[in-house]
Amino acid sequence: MKKILTAIIFLVLVAGLCAIPAFLAFGEPAGSDMDQYFIAHGQSEAAANNIVTSIVFDYRGFDTLGESVVLFTAVVGVGLMFRSMKGGNEE
Amino acid sequence: MRMSKIVRTGANLLYPFILIFGLYVIMHGHLTPGGGFQGGAVVATAAALVIVAYSYDEVAGMLKKTAMKARESIGLLLFIGAGIAALVVGAPFFYNFLANSGLLFGMPVIPGPNPGDLNTAGVIPIMNIAVGIEVWGGLAIILLYMLSGIRKEES
Repeated sequence: MKKILTAIIFLVLVAGLCAIPAFLAFGEPAGSDMDQYFIAHGQSEAAANNIVTSIVFDYRGFDTLGESVVLFTAVVGVGLMFRSMKGGNEE
Repeated sequence: MRMSKIVRTGANLLYPFILIFGLYVIMHGHLTPGGGFQGGAVVATAAALVIVAYSYDEVAGMLKKTAMKARESIGLLLFIGAGIAALVVGAPFFYNFLANSGLLFGMPVIPGPNPGDLNTAGVIPIMNIAVGIEVWGGLAIILLYMLSGIRKEES
């Protein structure tokens, strides 16, 4: 029963994936209002030539804060794991 | 395990150039492709090169774990501090309060395609440097911890 249900869900998902090109033409993303805004105002607002960086660190800086906290947490986790092993606790 | 003298000499030669290239990618993050994360990863490969070329005891003398931990924490604190500094000025959290202000990194940018000036983009270069330092310390400390994990088997 579980296997049949999994197969049905998988088939529905694959069919949905295959149906996407029927609704959306290639090269025309659904929402393009924001990128036009970034291209038009990025240089004057964020004063950076690299618009990708100005989005990552200025418009969506809070998102990048999450990324760096995730990296920090991962490093702390690796440190905890290897510290409990023998030979990992000296400087 | 210690590699041959050829590998060690090559690592010694390449080490400063890898550092310089990574710091260049970090520093020019607001002008050229790349940024803090990418440049930090490049700088961390310099630590990986040293770890591959030298034995454990020599690496422990060259790359200090405490220094790498300090780099990681200072990077994250500097990044959060750059976000909170906007609150102190009176702008929203993470607002780019230094852009177009004439202060540090505060020169306005000429609209349209141009090579760009290093002294632009306000708070973005500061955050790039902070993230770069953090990724450098973080990836290097992961490699050092894993090295100390396999140390028993090699000796």
